[in-house]
Amino acid sequence: MSRRLANLFHGRPHLQVGALLAGPIGWLVIGYLGSLLVLLIAAFWTVDPLSGEVIRGLSFENIETLVNEPVYRTIIGRTVLIAALVTVTDAVLAFPIAFYMAKVASRRGKAVLVVAVLLPLWSSYLVKVYSWRTMLGAGGVINWALAPLGLHGPGFGNTAVWLVMSYLWLPYMILPIYAGLERIPGSLISASEDLGASPFTTFRRVILPLAFPAVVAGSIFTFALTLGDYITPRLVSNNQFIGNVIFNNISNNLPFASALALVPIVVMVAYLLVARRLGAFEHI
Amino acid sequence: MRTQDTHPTRTAWLVVAGLLAFMLLLAGCGGSSDNNENGEELTKVDKGEGQVDLISWAGYVEPEWSKPFEEKTGCKVNNKVAGTSDEMVSLMRTGQYDGVSASGNATARLVEGGDVAPVNVSLVPNYKTIFSDLKNQPYNTFEGVHYGIPHGRGANLLMWNTNDVKPAPKSWGVILNPKEAAKYKGKISAYDDPIYIADAAVYLKMHEPKLGIENPYELNEEQFEAAVNLLKEQRPFVGEYWSEAAKQISAFAGGDNAVGTTWQYQYFELKGAGKPVAASPASQGFLPEEGATGWSDTWMISSSAKHPNCMYMWMNWVVSPKVNAEIAEFFGEAPAQTLACEHTANPNFCKEYHAEEPAFWKRVYYWQTPLADCDNGSSDCKDYNDWVQAWTSIKG
Repeated sequence: MSRRLANLFHGRPHLQVGALLAGPIGWLVIGYLGSLLVLLIAAFWTVDPLSGEVIRGLSFENIETLVNEPVYRTIIGRTVLIAALVTVTDAVLAFPIAFYMAKVASRRGKAVLVVAVLLPLWSSYLVKVYSWRTMLGAGGVINWALAPLGLHGPGFGNTAVWLVMSYLWLPYMILPIYAGLERIPGSLISASEDLGASPFTTFRRVILPLAFPAVVAGSIFTFALTLGDYITPRLVSNNQFIGNVIFNNISNNLPFASALALVPIVVMVAYLLVARRLGAFEHI
Repeated sequence: MRTQDTHPTRTAWLVVAGLLAFMLLLAGCGGSSDNNENGEELTKVDKGEGQVDLISWAGYVEPEWSKPFEEKTGCKVNNKVAGTSDEMVSLMRTGQYDGVSASGNATARLVEGGDVAPVNVSLVPNYKTIFSDLKNQPYNTFEGVHYGIPHGRGANLLMWNTNDVKPAPKSWGVILNPKEAAKYKGKISAYDDPIYIADAAVYLKMHEPKLGIENPYELNEEQFEAAVNLLKEQRPFVGEYWSEAAKQISAFAGGDNAVGTTWQYQYFELKGAGKPVAASPASQGFLPEEGATGWSDTWMISSSAKHPNCMYMWMNWVVSPKVNAEIAEFFGEAPAQTLACEHTANPNFCKEYHAEEPAFWKRVYYWQTPLADCDNGSSDCKDYNDWVQAWTSIKG
């Protein structure tokens, strides 16, 4: 049996490659792209108001509701804006940490820092959000610490969502930047110094351009993760994100939920196209 | 070299194209076969199939009464706890469960969708002695056909922090009348679900009689608009919308929220933790003056149940006098079984929960699925889709 199988594959490179790839590609096409395709199609279906059953036919009703109802524009705008803010915040916070890890820290210090960055990822997402909820609450530690200064914490709301998301996704920004900075040879920095560049100029003209694709790669994670999250907004604010509205519609109006799910896809595709122009995928 | 390189690419594309075609074929076949009709009623309960797969609210299936059931019938109980009615509907639509403890805002959707089958009540001996005002209700009987066994009922509560809210409120106005609610700006807790619009309708039914609201789940354009606007006015005063019980408990325990709508589960938890909270009507014996929304849950059997005999035995088990009393006391709701009142550990339990007073329940509006078809025959009521859309716009 195995001999016949071996004979079958012998000298047939197409068959070899095909058999090897059928599994993973099957998963990618059926499980992944397939479900996306179904989602795309479902966005143009409607729900019969009396029976609640899905009517499978082409209709632009859902898209029209999305465009015409101001509340959805507000929600989409809010989601994209906070995703952008979180991304910028994480990039600003992550760069110095990653730089220290890659270029300054001793071997031992590096290991300690990598573990420190990864450690939060080992605990449950919900535990982290609930801890923030306790800290941000009226009787929480943030208000307690600010009270002697006569200040108030941000409380629950958009600011809280921004803070929590920035905390949650920071490791996803640090790691790509760290990997990107690791790849910059030390000789380039020395050469820049030898040619008389100040540390700032070296940073601006040598390090930043070389590390920029890594920042963009990290930003894809932070941006996409914020765009799709719906639990954090639910727990630390009263405001709805795209994900919350999808969640609310999923059991009674799947087509409308699908139509809403197209929004993050469109936003992400646009984002990835820009990222590609900025060179984020050059080293993949 | 070059020609060899292009071949694997072409092979890969062939694989992709083949798989896509296969998938579309599958999708085409699937579309035609999932149009199942409501299953047939059972005519006789036979030997159990060895297991039963349930979906339930937290606290409805506990080892204290599911273990004895397993020993007695040989049906192993597999329970899946769901958090919301929407979740129950989507889980039931998978067809992988035998039954569900559905609230009234899920039942009509399940029946319309063909997800549940009629129940032959003559096969559930304990059904006979269930409170008669729970039978033949619009959320468990459709066109004269029984679709489930009533399990228990209760009213949603108004809960407040006794240090912050004085005197004790007697009306939902404390959170729904904009003038009064303003006093508790940022401290109000509201239920995060489209069905909460009915709470506003209950309030308007009494305070805006001109609107002519009869049933808070059957609202025409004008009535619906008024209820939605009331909640939009409430929005700036709301400290938090809650959907998980844990979220509301932490908000009340930490002092973020002081007054709002709740379930007895959160009330018991906070009370047990020594927090200064009071609530209506759990064991306190009153409803806010407008009445209240509430729930009356029904055990339903799936139209594609793989273990129908075990499911029938389970439905009979949960409404047997002793077990129904146990569940009611554990959960904090009025039992559905008239004979349960003799078996409660607290001899006054049924009295405290008004289990035997139909007049009390007249003022409790059990959750119901809003449908376009109103009871009065017209079809100009707002359906659940409209409720969901309106809820999105209320929260903004």
